[in-house]
Amino acid sequence: MEPRGWRVSFRERLNLSWQERYGRGRFWRETLYAYIYLLPALVILGTFTFYPFFKAFWISAHRYYPDLLHPSYVGWDNYLTVFKDELFWRSLWHTVAYVLGSVIPQLTLGLFIALLLNSRIRAKSFFRTAYFLPYVTPSIAASMVFLWLYDRDYGLLNYILNKLFHVNFIDWLNNPSFALPAVIILGIWKYTGFNVVIYLAGLQGIDRTYYEAAEVDGANAWARFRYITLPLLSPTTFFLFIISIIGAFKVFNEIYVLWPGATGGPLNAAMTIMIYFYHKAFGEYHLGEGAAVANILFVIIFVITLIQMRLSRRWVFYQ
Amino acid sequence: MKKEGKVYILQRRAYLLGIYVLLILGTIVMIFPFFWMISTAFKPANEIQLMPPKWLPSRFYWQNFADAWNAAPFGRYFFNSFFVATVTTIGEVFFTILAAYAFAKMDFLGKNVLFIAFLGTMMIPGEMLLVPNYLTIARTLHWLDTYYALIVPWLVSVFGIFLLRQFFLTIPDELWDAARIDGCGRFRYLWTVMVPLSRPGIATVALFKFIGSWNAFLWVLIMTNSDRMRTVPVGLAIFRAEAGTEYGPLMAASTMAMLPILLLFFFTQKQFIQGITRSGLKS
Repeated sequence: MEPRGWRVSFRERLNLSWQERYGRGRFWRETLYAYIYLLPALVILGTFTFYPFFKAFWISAHRYYPDLLHPSYVGWDNYLTVFKDELFWRSLWHTVAYVLGSVIPQLTLGLFIALLLNSRIRAKSFFRTAYFLPYVTPSIAASMVFLWLYDRDYGLLNYILNKLFHVNFIDWLNNPSFALPAVIILGIWKYTGFNVVIYLAGLQGIDRTYYEAAEVDGANAWARFRYITLPLLSPTTFFLFIISIIGAFKVFNEIYVLWPGATGGPLNAAMTIMIYFYHKAFGEYHLGEGAAVANILFVIIFVITLIQMRLSRRWVFYQ
Repeated sequence: MKKEGKVYILQRRAYLLGIYVLLILGTIVMIFPFFWMISTAFKPANEIQLMPPKWLPSRFYWQNFADAWNAAPFGRYFFNSFFVATVTTIGEVFFTILAAYAFAKMDFLGKNVLFIAFLGTMMIPGEMLLVPNYLTIARTLHWLDTYYALIVPWLVSVFGIFLLRQFFLTIPDELWDAARIDGCGRFRYLWTVMVPLSRPGIATVALFKFIGSWNAFLWVLIMTNSDRMRTVPVGLAIFRAEAGTEYGPLMAASTMAMLPILLLFFFTQKQFIQGITRSGLKS
């Protein structure tokens, strides 16, 4: 049994909530509250994301030397300086080589391992953890280990290559031809596990009935892979492609550890766009040129994303 | 007929065996650097520089750890990393919950514009913001080489806001109506109903933030210039530049730097992998 008064107030509250729900006053009140809730996010994003985004263009139009405190307007000069710098083009080329050299094996290996893991085997989660481990390892510490593996005289990589394939000892870190491959090997080791985990989730999301139907129709393993798995995984591949390319474009930490001080390796053989940027902005403190390089990086990434979005419309097959 | 069945089973076994062999080979490649790091960390110098190499140390030699610990202020680095990562994570979770709630459950002026603006920030590479943020922090705020510079800019993550918003959207509005009738305010409703219901999402956001903050490198490298403020990764990189090729202490320091994150990963593995796949597949 409920007390009478409770019922009355219950109905009153219901009425009130109806008015609140559809009244004009409610919308404005909710707007006020919403902005109170959003205030911290707006202040921090405003200060450290929106404002600097526009300021980056302003900075790139100014020269910060010889006087760091009083930049002078130079228009497009910083961009011209960068474009005329042979080292910039080399760093861009190295970056592209690193992106292609690491992303394609990462995705291929990632898919291959995910396919193996997706079969009926035991200890699935053990294997998944093992492959994923390099991805969670702090990149600085992981790069230190590779620094040791790449040692010319006592490094294990040379020893194993020599034992297995009779390769002569390679000076990975001081020979310009091997500097970038060294970074690529490290990149493949570190980031393949991420692709494995995402691909595995994608594979597990594919409806088994497709395979059953194909088997009934007499499709062999390759046909099932080619005409079911691959098309149905195309959104995953597309996602991984974008994420990996963008990530690889920004490679920095690994190179910074292998060749300390952002020197870019022997004869700048491992100078990538981010190392070039760091060297310009925080080595020489030519902030204007540094900002110009960073803005160029932004444009490159933006264009890559747009192109991939375009292509995805033709290639990606959504279930 | 019977023979065919046997052949089939044998084929299937060989096939499975092949899969195991490949997977184990791959696992060895993935795990080996960790093994080699730990093995080297426990070797005295005369066992490290050997050809052919010695796979295991003859005895546990702890001196490398002591040497590394004394050569650089690793105690301070670890304290800084823990402090910065913890404060950043707590603050970020708090602010993210507030913002995600506004986007998920409130109707307000400019919602769509703000939503798109927030979404747009995901297209901006953080590297582009380094120079302007450096100027803001060094000149306007005078935060260079302080904890503020390492914490405040990372207190909001748009990724976290969208992840949590997805969780909040799945909570039915009837709960809010019922709570309101019982006289529950919006703020209390958010923290006593929405937040507990979205625990997996919040844990994912917190976990990613903590690991991201612990591993942050370039930002800390730029924003600090003394050992007082350096975190583990930056301290480690500087130690590497100074120690050169003294691999014993270097591997000992790397082992120490990896340990907290690897432990965290082992304890939260399921959450972590779920979080990665969920956020990965959604976007």
